[in-house]
Amino acid sequence: MAGNPRKDEISGVDTTGHEWDGIEELNNPLPRWWLWVLYVSIIWSVIYWIFMPAWPGISDYTRGTLGYSQRNEVQMELAEVKASRAGLDEKILTSSLEDITSDTSLNQYALAAGKAAFGDNCSGCHGSGAQGAKGYPNLNDDHWLWGGSLDDIHYTITYGIRSTHDDTRFNDMTAFLTDEMLEKDEISDVAEYVLSLSGTSSDVEAVSRGESIFVDNCVACHDEGGIGNRELGAPNLSDKLWLFGGDKKTVVQSISYGRKGVMPTWETRLDPVTIKALSIYIHSLGGGE
Amino acid sequence: MSTKLEQIVREATIEVEAVNKKENRPLYQKRVPIFPKRAVGEFRRLKWLIMITTLSIYYLVPFIRWDRGPGAPDQAVLIDFPANRFYFFFIELWPQEVYYITGILIVAALALFFFTTLFGRVWCGYTCPQTVWTDLFIAVERWIEGDRNARIKLHRAKWSIEKVWKYTLKHTLWILIGVATGGAWVFYFADAPTLFVDLFTLQADMTAYVFVGMFTGTTYVLGGLSREQVCIYMCPWPRIQAAMMDEDSLQVTYRTDRGEPRGHARKAPDDLDKKVVGDCIDCKQCVVVCPMGIDIRDGSQLECINCALCIDACNGIMDKMGTPRGLIGYDTDANLARRIQGKPEKFHLLRMRTIMYAMSIVAVCGFMVYLLANRSPLDLNVLRDRNPIFVQLSDGSIRNGYTIKILNKHRNQRQFEITVTGLKFNELKVNDIKSVGPAPVIDVKGDSLRSVHLFLSVDESTLKSSSEPIAIIITDIESGLSVSNESVFLGPDK
Repeated sequence: MAGNPRKDEISGVDTTGHEWDGIEELNNPLPRWWLWVLYVSIIWSVIYWIFMPAWPGISDYTRGTLGYSQRNEVQMELAEVKASRAGLDEKILTSSLEDITSDTSLNQYALAAGKAAFGDNCSGCHGSGAQGAKGYPNLNDDHWLWGGSLDDIHYTITYGIRSTHDDTRFNDMTAFLTDEMLEKDEISDVAEYVLSLSGTSSDVEAVSRGESIFVDNCVACHDEGGIGNRELGAPNLSDKLWLFGGDKKTVVQSISYGRKGVMPTWETRLDPVTIKALSIYIHSLGGGE
Repeated sequence: MSTKLEQIVREATIEVEAVNKKENRPLYQKRVPIFPKRAVGEFRRLKWLIMITTLSIYYLVPFIRWDRGPGAPDQAVLIDFPANRFYFFFIELWPQEVYYITGILIVAALALFFFTTLFGRVWCGYTCPQTVWTDLFIAVERWIEGDRNARIKLHRAKWSIEKVWKYTLKHTLWILIGVATGGAWVFYFADAPTLFVDLFTLQADMTAYVFVGMFTGTTYVLGGLSREQVCIYMCPWPRIQAAMMDEDSLQVTYRTDRGEPRGHARKAPDDLDKKVVGDCIDCKQCVVVCPMGIDIRDGSQLECINCALCIDACNGIMDKMGTPRGLIGYDTDANLARRIQGKPEKFHLLRMRTIMYAMSIVAVCGFMVYLLANRSPLDLNVLRDRNPIFVQLSDGSIRNGYTIKILNKHRNQRQFEITVTGLKFNELKVNDIKSVGPAPVIDVKGDSLRSVHLFLSVDESTLKSSSEPIAIIITDIESGLSVSNESVFLGPDK
């Protein structure tokens, strides 16, 4: 490949002596403008080292005379954002939930804030679209265990359900098999009755046997006809929606061992403005009352 | 042969070679400065006129006012980025209608093809901003440093007080022109009179200064320093134009049949009368006026922008020589051939390609006017909720959610009624307005977009498949105008 540089006859320029399959390379100088850009870049980089953070050391780095830091920039920008929102946040803090939703611009702000907060804090269990999963309620629908008004939702988020907070929403679905209150046959019958409330049972005899057991054991919380009681957080058993599942096996399991789902309290983890925004966002998903 | 004529020839003749002579164009060449001589004549006058007209349009249009009523900008031509609007006299466009700009660009391209086919590179020669500004910059240079010979002398001279102040003044004026160019540009994007004051009082937005700076730089570099290099090396148009032109296209042509063989009249004064030599006296006036540094007598070249200044230069000489004008003039290749064959000249303006281009222009313009005349003052976008796809309610019914964006292009607030067809809906609920009814009514402010969330629910039994087509219709209560948008209603698998 390497050879002796020679003068190219056609262009009158020296070659580099490199040759590939008869193709030789001319030794033209770099374009002047290109060279100048290189020189300017070199000078610029030296200036940059003086003013800006540049060279890494063992445990630290050269910080530059301007004291620039991207971390500081982010902190400052975040502070700016926070400051720019201070007015709105203050308004949300001092207004009632009803008042916020009737103020269009404030409502828009709360919805946006709520959506972001939901993604960060709630979607882990309730899903990114609040669609829920087995044991985790779908927040889009119109079925609420503890009520779907703005204030009810706000209370639930703040204090949680069966959480560690003193004011938590709390109830206890009895584990009828574990606690030896009902036999397996009785549980099967009452499950058939529960299924009949939403029209999904086919065993008429079991239903009639189960009805009396239901009256004796369940109506205290679930009310007559299984329509539920929001004061106690007792679910409506007569509608089409099931938190844990509406097949017989699951219903039997619920009656036998009880259900003790937990929603944590967010009072200590989120600021009041965020909780209010979350309440308004969840209320807007379609099921709000 | 009179001695007077001899003298004219002697005085006119310059021993010079074109800077960009066809024969010696290497692949790479360091720029050799060109010092175009002042041309005098009808084409030069026409070019001054076009320069004044185009620059006036560019500088003055932002200051034209156009009343659009209260709350709307009163600038005739305005690209309002913060408000997402484009105003052009009576036309107001939303970002969704950017295809009108596409239409304008298509018409502009077709017009460029059309005129190139007929008259060659008239765009390059007269109206291209690069040509106009370069012309202006050369005029400034000539005003300060003098005509060609004085400029060459100054260029070659060692640095002196005179050279320094003249060059300083020239570059200062160029930069000022650049500032004015960039300054006018930003006026198209904000209220011009306000911005004009703000720019000078340093109150204007940083963006405005950045753009003024950018355009100052590009104008100075392209118009002052690069000049013909832009046309020769940067611009794609000289390379494309050959496809538009044919043997009947007019272009600036040296009529070889008449000019050749070139004769130094003073060397053969008797031959001049006998027509042994052609009319070209080889005075090279056409070369020295050329801003591209070429010799037009080499024939049609990529470098030639058809500015016609060589026509003026040559005509001046022809007048003095007493020979007819037009040794260099607008001519076609076909005519050149016809004259050589002894046939009369013929100009074909109606040719297949000119007709096709003209028809295309009319068709596109017609289509645009039709679209504009039938532009709906109302638009609707529907976005289906995808997460969750659908929601089952406690009574077993199925609910879908839709984000509806209503675009009210009227200047006043309107009310729109929402109706949905395709299924028998239990409920039509618009969350944001807290109204439940068969047809919710939404207020939308003038010249704005409102986004609302619509919930539709149906009994599951009415769903025949997991995806049912529906149509969401909004109706302007005032005018009765309605717009429909198709979507689907999704449910569980069947």
